[in-house]
Order: sequence, then structure tokens, then C-alpha cells
Amino acid sequence: MQADTIAAIATAPGEAGVGMLRISGARAIEVADAVFRAASGKSLKDAETQRVLYGHVVDEEGAPIDEVLALVMRAPHSYTREDVVELSCHGGSIVLRRVLGRVLAAGARSAERGEFTKRAFLSGRLDLSQAQAVMEIVSARTDRALRVAEGHLAGHFSGKIHAMRQKCLGLIAHLEAAIDFPEDEIDDVVIDEVERAVAQLRQEIRALLATAHTGRILRDGLPTAIVGKPNVGKSSLMNALLREERAIVTDIPGTTRDSIEEYADIGGVPLRIIDTAGIRETDDAVERIGVEKARGYIERAALVLALFDAAQPLGTEDEEILSLVAGRPALLLLTKSDLPPVTTPAALAAAYARCAGGDAAAPTILAISAREEQGLSALAAAIGDFAGTGSGLEEGSFVSDERSAALLRAADAQLGAALKTIGAGLSVDFISIDLRAAWEKLGEITGETVGEDIIDEIFSKFCIGK
Amino acid sequence: MFTAGTYDIIVIGAGHAGVEAALAAARLGCETLLATLSMDNIALMPCNPSVGGPAKGHLVREVDALGGEMGVNADRTCIQFRMLNTGKGPAVHALRAQADKKLYQFTMKETCENTEHLDVKQILITDLLLTEDKKGVRGVVTETGEVYLARAIVMATGTYLRGRIIIGEHTYSGGPNGQRPAMRFSASLAEAGVRLMRFKTGTPARVDARTLDYEKMELQPGDEEARNFSFMSDVRTREQVPCYLTYTNERTHKILRDNMDRAPMANGIIQGVGPRYCPSIETKILRFPDKERHQLFLEPEGLHTNEVYVQGMSTSMPMDVQLAFLHTIPGLEHAHVMRAGYAIEYDCIDPTQLRPSLEFKTIRGFFSAGQSNGTSGYEEAAAQGIIAGINAAQYIKGAPPVVLKRSEAYIGVLIDDLVTKGTHEPYRMMTSRAEYRLLLRQDNADARLTPIGRRIGLVSDARWARFEKKQAAIGAAERSLTGLVLTPSRETNERLVAHGLDPVHTRATGCDLLRRPGATYETIRAAFPELPELAPEVREQVEISSRYEGYIKKQQEQVARMERLEAKRLPDNIDYAAVPSLRDEAREKLTAIRPESVGQASRISGVSPADISVLLVWLEQQRRQAGK
Repeated sequence: MQADTIAAIATAPGEAGVGMLRISGARAIEVADAVFRAASGKSLKDAETQRVLYGHVVDEEGAPIDEVLALVMRAPHSYTREDVVELSCHGGSIVLRRVLGRVLAAGARSAERGEFTKRAFLSGRLDLSQAQAVMEIVSARTDRALRVAEGHLAGHFSGKIHAMRQKCLGLIAHLEAAIDFPEDEIDDVVIDEVERAVAQLRQEIRALLATAHTGRILRDGLPTAIVGKPNVGKSSLMNALLREERAIVTDIPGTTRDSIEEYADIGGVPLRIIDTAGIRETDDAVERIGVEKARGYIERAALVLALFDAAQPLGTEDEEILSLVAGRPALLLLTKSDLPPVTTPAALAAAYARCAGGDAAAPTILAISAREEQGLSALAAAIGDFAGTGSGLEEGSFVSDERSAALLRAADAQLGAALKTIGAGLSVDFISIDLRAAWEKLGEITGETVGEDIIDEIFSKFCIGK
Repeated sequence: MFTAGTYDIIVIGAGHAGVEAALAAARLGCETLLATLSMDNIALMPCNPSVGGPAKGHLVREVDALGGEMGVNADRTCIQFRMLNTGKGPAVHALRAQADKKLYQFTMKETCENTEHLDVKQILITDLLLTEDKKGVRGVVTETGEVYLARAIVMATGTYLRGRIIIGEHTYSGGPNGQRPAMRFSASLAEAGVRLMRFKTGTPARVDARTLDYEKMELQPGDEEARNFSFMSDVRTREQVPCYLTYTNERTHKILRDNMDRAPMANGIIQGVGPRYCPSIETKILRFPDKERHQLFLEPEGLHTNEVYVQGMSTSMPMDVQLAFLHTIPGLEHAHVMRAGYAIEYDCIDPTQLRPSLEFKTIRGFFSAGQSNGTSGYEEAAAQGIIAGINAAQYIKGAPPVVLKRSEAYIGVLIDDLVTKGTHEPYRMMTSRAEYRLLLRQDNADARLTPIGRRIGLVSDARWARFEKKQAAIGAAERSLTGLVLTPSRETNERLVAHGLDPVHTRATGCDLLRRPGATYETIRAAFPELPELAPEVREQVEISSRYEGYIKKQQEQVARMERLEAKRLPDNIDYAAVPSLRDEAREKLTAIRPESVGQASRISGVSPADISVLLVWLEQQRRQAGK
């Protein structure tokens, strides 16, 4: 009976080994099928109920995001008595959130707090004695939402959303005033101007969406791999980062294997350095870590710091590392810049271009000396640029959760629809309908409700009346 | 006390709400009394001489589709018709007509006087008689002391309750247009526990046509094509009288500014709340000081009068100021004022005391409609009037009330807004208030509402036959278009191109052709004469539903989503204090409004989505407990 299909991460946040995402509603299976590829090639709609399928959640291009077990439970044999799909993922919170992002893009809506439980109760799945508890869970949302809203109010994020809403509202009010008061003196609606304003709004939304990446990094840390041939200076860099940059060091027991991850706060960006234990403790051994291990690190990393010895010519191991990082987010570091240079940045760039193919973008190359503490602030700045914090974004001015991101994408889609409507030469009331839908989506982000705003705006802007 | 008569239903007031209520009640077979302050002022238009416009024209069509009178009466008596917004999409096309005021009134009077089961009387009602438990109505008392008994009463008292006229420093008790006010009824309402508000509205001066210089103004003619409000009207030709357009200027504004201390709006003489969409000229100058000129339309008040309405010039300035600023306007330099502009303050009820049926929540059989519910406009009044009349009749018959949904009619939006959100100023209908505007078009009001009117019993056999014929023609035309299947053969494409149509590249139907930009049914029929010939109103429906199919579907899906909440009824006797986990503000608002459905609850400001979730869970808990 519930029309919307909802989705949420069902496991507690943190670094649990397995995270589970639950989708419930009439379109749950369809949504899951859009993002999940079973190893057997079977689709979930053909899967038996309560049967587990092994496969991958894939991104827009079909590349795997994570290894997943998918469990289909058909109505009424599920917690909510609706069709439910549970996706058990292996990756940590970042991967889970990417999977959630995919699911929301495929047509599910982000579940409100307690919504699965509410549905379970309304469908008769929970007994009467649980009603009170359900109501408490559901209403707790308000306090939480309020805190979120208060938090947001202080930040630039809500300010930006609000500003975009105002622009949208201004456009709507003008169109609506022209419709409702055709004989009053309202400036003609110039469709070209509306079109430009809508395109401008879309750009702003996209710029904000681009910060979703930053938001995630600041919240979850940036998984970073430090790779390079033996004795290139990995441990020195590691130590410099941790010690010299006033690193916050938290030991978190490894999840997928017995490794240690450490957080280094570099210019406000929390780097989560992969397998620091290996690098630091077993200095001799690990400096010898070869290419095979580097390959594993690079795959898990969102940022790679690839080290090359400036005092030596580039060797085959260096070339292999260059091939591994080609096309990936990486900073190339020429270490030991305090020694007489043998490999120059230009030479390294040329080697990179050979490995990455001719049309690859030029890599960022920095010269550092961990021992002399040279080039470390340039490195911090480059990391900041990569994370998106380098361009002067203040805290609270980025998209920090999937729900907001999904709503922003929905608003963007509605604005896209408005442009299509304009392009098709349809009249102003159709344009207004699309703009209203976008405006409402933006309002959902900050919890601003739709009230008399449009009418208030009309009367405050236009002199109307007989 | 002398009992002068006993009726099923008494309607207090014979303005636009009152006449629709009384006609509906009588036509549904209820013995009905229509009480008016003046037999000469039934369906009086005390303000502008026009009917319709955006959203308002929609309301007229809806009233008509249900079997009401306003559309028919306007078609018979109006002297200029224009379709507004024709460049702005089918949903907001709006018919607006200039009325011959007196003709409009007397034609409506004639209809009322000749309707079976309907008595019209000139009496002034002073008191409401309640049942012993004070929870129901019994009748009314007139100023001369006689009693009329009835089981249901509709109040449609317009702007007459404790009416006060303001012209500059001069004020007096009165109704609009030199009418008597109803001074005592407010107290009787208060005694019955009804909460009252004080609103204000105003009207411009009327000037003598013989003293106007039309040469200095722009001509505003009516449409060439004949238009009608009513789905029953076949008027194809009528005398079209033009309006004229002129503008204020800096001299006008200076006179107003220099005399602002004498404006009752500014100096505190007026206390009531006026409508934002209908500001007086002095308010416009204050609020939009940078605007160099304001437009004024000169609208004739009828064929047999020289009175001309100065639209845009509503004012309550003292008479010397009114004359001075009028004379600064091109074409009005020598204008003689026949009636002064004035403001009027009046009592109205807080409409959140009403159910969606327009019955008071706390007084059985007592309904309220029109401007006394805090609205403005003839059309808004008529729309409420017909619903109040229908529901008073349903009440008499023991039948459930008729409540139109927001997705069914502007009337539904209007009443839902009033009873759910209330209003802080005279409420005017606007198309932007309707969230499902594409579905609520003026062209399909019959398809939306005539079946409902028929089920109620208000739609005559003649109207029903006409409606069925039109719907059948639409259905047949749509089938022919769907049945016209084209494949991209050379023969087909040659035929298309020969008739100026683009060729097809894949299999396509007639509907697909109609969806192409610029396509019309007639251009397609020229190429495929096997398609049936259609009446213009049928063609219009076929074209709109094909062309805008995608958008219409989108809104229908939104309606379907909301429908789940609308269908969840909230019992009358919920003790919201006993519902755990509701926030205090929500509890307070829900207790005050007592919504009838979860959908209605969700539209109350201050009730959050979380509160709605709590309510749903609580309802389910109650249901299961009851089932045990």
C-alpha cells in the first residue's frame, strides 16, 4: 500500500566488516536489479524468495563498486511485508554510501528514521504491544531533524540551498503572477531569461554536488596508499606526515585483515593511510614491499602517494608503479630532493606519459625531502586541492550525506525537465510546474515546507489589483 | 413569537453564495427560504462588473458543471467575453466577461422566483435559533419578530454583518452600495460560540461615461469568437461592449502622497484586514513607490447606464482627494463621479470552524458560504454557495456530505484551504493555489464534475444527455486516432508530406501525430479524411489529452500518491491529547482543526511528516484494538 520504495543503510555506522543496505517497497527488486549484477547472470526478479545471490553492485558504467550478497524477500515474507532486497556489502562506510547513492539514483527514496519499522507495524508485521515504541522511534526523527537543521543553519550549505530556492521561487512567482494576473502590469516573462536562470541554477547545484566528494572525505577520511620501490622513503614520509603535521593517530584494528590504519590530519583533510603498520614497524622488511603489495594498496585507496627517488634514475620497479597509478588519483612525489637530482620532474612526467598513454592528463609532481622537511606544505596543499577543501570551502558548505545528494540530483533533474519544456516550446504554466517540483525538492533538503510562499512572493514583488 | 413559516432549509443572504445555495437546495427538492435584505438586490455585484478570470473562470465552469446557475446567468447577461491567457497553456486559459450588472441581477432574480420549492422573501434576520442542546439549528428570527423554522440553515451574509462604510473621515454603518447593514446577527453568532474576524475590502468610484474622453485611452475590445461559461449555453453572437485602458501618472501619485495622512488605511480609521491582491490606490502608492504609473480599466456597468467602473482605483480617500486625483488621469480630466469609492469593514467567520462540507463543526445543520467565510469575489462565493446548498440538502435527506477533492476541482482547493488553513485576509482563488492545475482545466470541468452533479441529483436530464453525447464523441475520436496506425511506407509518407505533415520514420498512431509540435486534429484529418469530424469542444479535449499526456500523467501519479492519505479517515472524536509522541504544536493544531482525513491533517501548518507517521501508527493501533 506504500507507494514509495525506500532504502537505507541498516547496519550501524563505523568500520564493521560487513555493511547491509535494505530496500523496501513495490519497486525494491526493480531498483536492486538496476545496480546489482549476479555472478550467475541471474536477475533478482527471477530469484527465488529468500535466496541469496552472489555478485557485484556496479557503477553507472558497469564497473564493480563492491562484492555483494543480495537477498530477495518477496511480500509478504519480509520485515515490512513489502518486497525487500538486502545488499550485504564488504567495503566500509564509503563503499556502502556509494552503493546507497546508486540505489537512490535508481529510484528509491532515502528512508526516514524508523520508516521500516513503521511500515512493519502498519502492515501488521509487528504486534500491538510495539505500537508505542514505533511511535517513539518515528517521532524521534523530529528532534534529530531539528538538530540537523540547526547545524545546517549555521553552515553555508543551507545558506546555499536557501539562496537557490529563493532564485527558483523568484522565477516561479514571476511566471505565476503572469498567469494569475494577466491584465496587471507584470513584466513580460522572457523565456530566454528563464532559461538562462535555470541553467545557472543547475550549475550551482552541480557545483554543490561536486562537493559531495569533499563531504565524504571529511567525514570518512581519505583512504591513502603510500607506494614506491624499496628505500624510496615511504616510512620517512609517513613519519613526517604523522609527526610533523601534528597527526591525530587513532589505532583502529583492521577489518579485512590484520592491518592498522592511521589518520593523519593534513591541512584539515583526514588521510587514512593504508597499512601504516607495515610501513612503520617493519621498516626494513616493508621498505622492501614490492609491486605486488602496492597493487593491493592502490586498489583500496582513493588517493595514492607514489614515491620516486630523485637521486636515482627511474628503474623497472618505478615503471611498474607508474603503470599501476596511471589514470588513478595520485600525486607523484620525487623524494630526497635534498640530494643532487638525477631524475627530474620533467623526466618523471615523461615516464608517466609513456605508461599512461598519450592523452592522459599531466600528473601532479612534487619534490619533497622528508628529512629536510622540504615540500611538505606544498604536499598538504595538493592534498587539499584533491579533497576539494583547498579552494577555500568553509566547513558546512558541502554536501555531506547521500540524502541531500539524492535530493539535489532530483532537483537538478526537475530543472533539466524545465529546460526540456522550454526547448519544446511549451507554455509558461508547464515551465512553472517543473520549477515548482525543483523548488520542492530543494525545500526537502532543509526541511522548509511549502506554504503560502509563492503567493507571498507574488504580492511582495508585483503591484497587483483592481 | 409568531411562526411565519417552516422550511427544510433557510438561506440567509441572496448574494452570489446565497442564490447558488438556495437554488441547489430547492432543485434537490428541499423546501427552501431565501432571505434577502432587499428584493431589488438579489445577486448584486457591488464591486466590479465582471465575472471570471484566472481561477475564477474555472470556478464558474465548475459551478456550472455541477448544475449551478452562475455560468448560465452570466452567458445570458454579459456584454463582453474574453479568453485570457491563451498563450499560456490550456490549464490556465481563463474566461472573463463584463456583466450588465442590472440585467445579471434581474435575470437571477427571475430564476430564483420561478424555481419550485423556493420562496424568496425580503426579511432581515437578527437571530439564530438553536436546539435545546445548543448543538443544532432550529430556525431564525427576523427584525420584525417573526420566526421561520428550518432544520438546516446556510448563512451567506457577505459583507453585511456590522458593515461599516468608510470614505475619508466619514464613516457610517451600512452594507455595500447604499444597502442596510445587518447589525445584530453577529452577536447571535457569538452567542452560539462562533468566532468572528473583521475584514475590509473596497471599491473604486463610478464615473459618468458622458464625461470621459475615450480618445485618450486604449480600446480593449472583447474576443471575436463567441464564448460561454456554461456547458449548456449556445450563445453564438452577442453585443460586445469594449472597455478602455488608461494610466495614473506622477501628478496622481503626488496628490495621493500629499494627502496620505487623510487616508483611512494609513491613519487608523480602518482596522479590518484587506486583501493584498486588491489594494487601494493609496496602498499601491505606499507599497510600490517606484512605480511610475498604474493602469486603470474603465468598464461599463451595463447597457442601460452611464456608470463606468474605474478598475484599479479602489479607494477610501476623502471625496475632494478622490476628485482631485481622478482629474489628473488622461481621459478622466472632466470626469463626473456618480458614486464615490469607499472601503467597507465587516464581520466574517473564521472558516476553520467549518467542516469540508461547510457545516459548522459544533452546530449541526448550520452551514456557511461566501464572503462571510473570509473569501472575496463573486465566483468564490458562488462556488461555496452551491456546495453549502448541496450539503444542507444532503443533511436534510440524511445523506453523506459532498466534498470535492483538491484533485477534482478548484472548489475543492478553495474549501480545503479555507477549512484547513484558514485565512488572514479575504481569500481569492488563484491558479497557483491548485497543485494539480493541469487536471483542473476550465475546459474539462464537465468531465470532472457533471457525473458528480448527476449523482447528487442537480444535473438535469438535458444537461446529462448533452454531457454523455460529448463524452461519447471524445471517446470515439480517441479510438479513431489510436486506430489510425501509420507505418513508414512510401505511400503513407507521400500522403503526409502532401498535406504539409512531416513523414513518419517508425510505426505511429494518430495520437502520436497529434503530439507533434504545432499539430492539430484538423491538419491530421485533412490527410486522413476517415477521421470523424468533431465539434470544437470535442476536438479541444482530444488535442489537449494527446499533447500534454506526459504532464497530465505525472500529475495523476502525484494524485494517486496523495490519495492514500486522503482515504484514511480520522474519526470525529479523536482525543489528540491521548495520542502519544505527537509534538505539542501538532496536537494543538489537530485539536483546533479536527481534520477529517490524514491527507487534510498533513496540510495543516505546524503538523510535520513525523506527526503524520505517528498518527498513522496510532490509527492502526486503534483499529487493531477495536478488532480484538
